[in-house]
Amino acid sequence: MKKYPVSQLDSLFAAIAAKQRLYIPAGEAKTAAFQPWEEGMRLTAALNTVRSAKDLFFPQVENLVNFKVTGKQIEVIENRDPAEPFVVFGVRACDCRSFEILDKVFLCDPVDTYYETRRACGTVVTLACTEPEETCFCTAFGIDPTDPAGDVSCWISGEDLYLRANTEKGEALLGGLEMLEEGGEPVTDKTVFDRLPLQNLPLDKFGGEHMMELFRRAEWAGLAESCLGCGACTFVCPTCQCYDIKEFNTGDEIKRFRCWDSCMYSDFTLMSAGQPRPTQLERFRQRFMHKLVYYPSTHDGEFGCVGCGRCLQKCPISMNIVKVAKTLGEEKP
Amino acid sequence: MQVAQEFKPTIVAFCCNWCSYAGADLSGTNRLQYPANVKIIRIPCSCRLNPMFILRAFQRGADGVILCGCHPGDCHYTTGNYYARRRMTLLFSMLDYLGIERERTRVEWVSAAEGAKFAATMNEFVETVTRLGENKRLEDLRCKSE
Amino acid sequence: MQERVKARAIELLESGVRVLGWKAGEFFYDVTPAVFTSREEIEKEFVFGPFCGANMSKYLIAESRKEGRVGVFLKPCDTYSFQQLQKEHRIWRENVYAVGVQCEGMCDIEAIRSAGIKGILGVDGDGSTLTVHTLYGDKTIARKDALAERCACCKSKKMLGCDELLGEQGEELDSARFDQVEKLEAMTPDERFAFWRKELSRCIRCNACRNVCPACSCEKCVFDNPNSGVENKAAANSFEENLFHIIRAFHVAGRCTDCGECSRVCPQHIPLHLLNRKFIKDINELYGGYQAGADMETRPPLTNFQMDDPEPSVVHERGSEQ
Repeated sequence: MKKYPVSQLDSLFAAIAAKQRLYIPAGEAKTAAFQPWEEGMRLTAALNTVRSAKDLFFPQVENLVNFKVTGKQIEVIENRDPAEPFVVFGVRACDCRSFEILDKVFLCDPVDTYYETRRACGTVVTLACTEPEETCFCTAFGIDPTDPAGDVSCWISGEDLYLRANTEKGEALLGGLEMLEEGGEPVTDKTVFDRLPLQNLPLDKFGGEHMMELFRRAEWAGLAESCLGCGACTFVCPTCQCYDIKEFNTGDEIKRFRCWDSCMYSDFTLMSAGQPRPTQLERFRQRFMHKLVYYPSTHDGEFGCVGCGRCLQKCPISMNIVKVAKTLGEEKP
Repeated sequence: MQVAQEFKPTIVAFCCNWCSYAGADLSGTNRLQYPANVKIIRIPCSCRLNPMFILRAFQRGADGVILCGCHPGDCHYTTGNYYARRRMTLLFSMLDYLGIERERTRVEWVSAAEGAKFAATMNEFVETVTRLGENKRLEDLRCKSE
Repeated sequence: MQERVKARAIELLESGVRVLGWKAGEFFYDVTPAVFTSREEIEKEFVFGPFCGANMSKYLIAESRKEGRVGVFLKPCDTYSFQQLQKEHRIWRENVYAVGVQCEGMCDIEAIRSAGIKGILGVDGDGSTLTVHTLYGDKTIARKDALAERCACCKSKKMLGCDELLGEQGEELDSARFDQVEKLEAMTPDERFAFWRKELSRCIRCNACRNVCPACSCEKCVFDNPNSGVENKAAANSFEENLFHIIRAFHVAGRCTDCGECSRVCPQHIPLHLLNRKFIKDINELYGGYQAGADMETRPPLTNFQMDDPEPSVVHERGSEQ
């Protein structure tokens, strides 16, 4: 365990940023985002950013390749972003778990090389939670917000920032920071987490076993009825991984890019034969079945939700995974 | 050594089929000069101009966009240009509100007999936009070839 | 008011109409619009309180087309959207029983969070100060700071076109809703450009503003047409961000009642109402005062004209005065 005074975080950030790009969660609480660190930039007061940390590994829009057509010749031009090492500081335990979930999707065969490169370049420095929001429920998924994973874990305790390297990448990062002192242990107070209102989500029924039964439940209609079909929940979600591949004709060449897709949209997985999920009911069901049933059924029971609470705060009509899990997961009287 | 090239703006002129397009024609047959960087797009009526067309013109590299139609009261379809006038006023005001140079957009009424006015308008507009320089605020970087 | 609305909901249900109202959530603030069809549901889950901000009018487009009648509770600002949608023939009026509900302004949980209050479990108090119960003890916030932006500068407490009213009929208010627009207009173009770039660059193209908007009632949005060549879900670059927001605001110009739902739902807190209000202000100044949804007769300003309307160059002239 290393330690460093919180009052001098600026010089710690400067030392990291001198070697590689550093992202920290910054900005006003209501618009907090991971931003490239600049002199004088402070950590946000918000518990979490509006968009999750997945942006850094799986950005909303990403170039794949360009094509140039001359006569009958098609030239393929590589235009992926250059791979540069970077550090992301202040990732919460929930977002850190989301990387494991995304890894299982993007790093299994065939490997997504765009994602793989970014993962290899990034060093994740997590920050333990001390002041959770009422919308937090990561503990329901077995995440300990006071002991986050990542390449380096950090705690703010008293006047000091404590740092512990968990991986080789983490060792390398901390090893290069001479200003760190050897330190003791941070004091963590877990009592507030026992008071979180959503920690006991009824998740026993979910997972692969009752797939068809859950799929056919009549309650979906009521849950989905007022869904507006916007993509706010999917775009702030740290584990949503669906994307679309599109092309943009600049007049001079074709730019092929990928962008996040949302199962809430009417053109999601649109095929020449039409839309396989014709109404909002099916699209809505897809999102929650994916997180709570399909994903665990193919990944040893691990849920595709990390309980960050973003969708609880951002849904325009306040319909969210907690309400779905409670409606479908509680034993009927 | 790189020599700074003289900036030649790309201008898109949307011209109504009945008046302004004929006006442009007349200015040509009268051998009146206006810069070749004005690209004319013929539309059935000034009212056909969807605000999206203007933004798309900027996206695809225009530095200035001008709409020419029949004089108010002379619309081939009686009232089309009156509607266009309201729409363009509001759209231009919105572009200005977003901090986009208001001189990049313009509406001018040019009749089929006003070949001279067409040429003069274009000359003046090209000059204005040349002074403003390249369209940076409504550009789409993807469309700029490297 | 909660009890009166709830009692009326039960009466309506028992007279044979479905009831569109707000359903309680996990917390006191996360209410969801829902259609109630049984007395038990209403007794257990129906709420009406200071966090029922959602505008129900848009749901009536679909609900009024279903068999049977639907009862709905509308706040004053919702009734403007309701009337505007009728004017556009989007709501089948005969299938709706509309109850206007007097409103003292809705609170916004995001406003309370923005004040730095965390772990919010409950809110108490009717007066000018609210007590917020949190995981970290009780905090206080002035009620005016907890109000939604649109309520802090409410344009009208008048309820229009309802079948009955709960509470007092209100008046149009002399609100300060254009103050911020004026502030922006007074800036230099460079400052305005910087302001909007900062705001719009946060857009994630979730389309929540469009989907919640009562004026955005197209069956198929132009942005959802892959052949239109515009981006529908990727904030690909600054141009796409500008294009989407300019065109969306333009498409609802003259029909937007300034209900403020777009700004309420924006996950990135982009002040979208400032775009809509700019159009409203321009329309008022150039073509005479017009309030969308205020009546059923007046022609909307963009499908209307006067022979002596100002020329588009008025934008340049007005600008140079500043």
